[in-house]
Amino acid sequence: MIAKTYIEKAEYRNIWVIGELLSGEIQPVTYELIGAARGLADARQCEVWTVLIGAGAGAGAGSLFAYGTDTVVVVDDSRLDGFQDEIEAKVLVRLIKKYKPEVVLCGATTRGRALIPRVAVMANCGLTADCTRLSIDPENGDLLQTRPAFGGNILATIRCPDHRPQMATVRPRVMKALEPDISRVGRIIREGILDTDADKMKRIIEIFHSREGALNLSDAQVIIAGGRGMKGPEGFRLLKDFAFRVGGAVGASRAAVDSGWIPYAHQVGQTGQTVQAKLYIACGISGQIQHLVGMQSCETIVAIDKDPDTPMMQMADIAIVGDIFEIIPEIMNELAKS
Amino acid sequence: MKIVVCIKQVPASNDAKIDPETKRIIREGQKAIMNPFDTYALEEGVRMKEKYGGEVIALTMGPPKAEAVLREAISAGADRGILLSDRVFGGSDTWATSYALARAIEKIGDVDLVICGKQAIDGDTAQVGPGIASHLDWMQATYVMAVDSIEDNNITVKRMHEDGYDVCELRLPAVLTVVKDINTPRVPTLKGRLAAQKSEIPVLKPEDIGADPDKLGLNGSPTRVVKTQPPEPRQTDTLRIEGSPRECAQALVRELKFRGLV
Repeated sequence: MIAKTYIEKAEYRNIWVIGELLSGEIQPVTYELIGAARGLADARQCEVWTVLIGAGAGAGAGSLFAYGTDTVVVVDDSRLDGFQDEIEAKVLVRLIKKYKPEVVLCGATTRGRALIPRVAVMANCGLTADCTRLSIDPENGDLLQTRPAFGGNILATIRCPDHRPQMATVRPRVMKALEPDISRVGRIIREGILDTDADKMKRIIEIFHSREGALNLSDAQVIIAGGRGMKGPEGFRLLKDFAFRVGGAVGASRAAVDSGWIPYAHQVGQTGQTVQAKLYIACGISGQIQHLVGMQSCETIVAIDKDPDTPMMQMADIAIVGDIFEIIPEIMNELAKS
Repeated sequence: MKIVVCIKQVPASNDAKIDPETKRIIREGQKAIMNPFDTYALEEGVRMKEKYGGEVIALTMGPPKAEAVLREAISAGADRGILLSDRVFGGSDTWATSYALARAIEKIGDVDLVICGKQAIDGDTAQVGPGIASHLDWMQATYVMAVDSIEDNNITVKRMHEDGYDVCELRLPAVLTVVKDINTPRVPTLKGRLAAQKSEIPVLKPEDIGADPDKLGLNGSPTRVVKTQPPEPRQTDTLRIEGSPRECAQALVRELKFRGLV
């Protein structure tokens, strides 16, 4: 009778961030989530807690206070080496039952989106995927979670009125980390894992980290992106040259990826990466909403297309009407002069 | 191997209409297709059956017309389909949906592997696959880009991450969610189409799968959609550049330099 279980909401307190670790190293999304959590915690007059689960998780714990967290919970155990989603989920559920957080936030990364649905089912609470905005309803203190759906055509606002904690995954590079304030202090709580947490353990055979593709794209200050207008893999070779000249990364629309012109790791948009580059040059991308949601927070957007009336040409800061295959070599020439 | 592939019928276009009362998607009167990511899940299941023997069962929850995606699955190699359809299922969020699918998988019995697409293109949550694994208390591997081997009740898979991949081995029964890199789905054969036409598709209700109605539908869903709205457009005054390719390039580079971007 889950739906009818009465939850004493007042017992649940504090905003939790589930930190993302990669080989023990804290990932940027963690700082972004702490920044978002700080705002929510101030509105609720409560603390921000960050939970770090993983082998070697303890190492960076003390550095998180400067970014706005008050308490760090560390679960550091060699059995958590690699990404053990089953074990992490059981540990988290135990911690949630013990400490009763009001809100739990996690990065909408491949790891976060594997882990948190597992936790939400076990903890019997609602989960909203891939949020782009979070706020507190001033009337009742509930978390309002806004997310794009239908390929970005709709923004839906979701709440969990009767279940606690309220859980959400949040897109990387949407929230802003706070400027570190090294005068801030906090406490570290150490928790262990139980044998019952580790009854389902994966055997991790190989781990391969690559700076190619997705990661490169998400960190890039300049992105040269291509769509259907690039006409084929040769078109993307031109974009790679261009990107190399300007120290940028290559992005792509879903149409180009689906046509097999460039691997999925380069896809920008609703079902690809969200990017926040300083400069985004869209070449032959018509600008379907699915693509726009992944790149519209870039600082300066340049569009190059034959068709002056596409959505991308309308929303760009600078729109160049003409033949991409003629204009890009000229841009490279012009840049070489300076 | 007994393999269940979970499939969702989704609107063919993203022009979503919303029910003003429930704030959920109106699915009636819209052209519907099999969720594209599920076609890779189905293909992987059929390939496993061809390699290791066994059976592939396509499972969906939806309105009566969702039967169409099960017939499509049979024409592409599934042995049979099961439809969960009842008003009580309506309005389920990912918690309730994964609960219903998990109960159906238990009801099917002796299932070794469940395969889902990484997410559906309408909701885009990617929560139902891991949710099923959690309800069943089975192991899971998400964003799977390759299945390397299945031996002695262990499956070895390659999981995609933003920063690379890992290869890991997990015990069956398990739930996988797969990405499009995993395979190229086959085109349905004429024989498959005939089998699909002839196939009996059982329609199961909550009582048929031993599901608690209080955990289904809007009642069993912790989340509530309170508001839907179109996204706010980016406000810009577009600077338009036209002319010969050289003139365009010169004007652009001048402008980018002015803005300190190159």
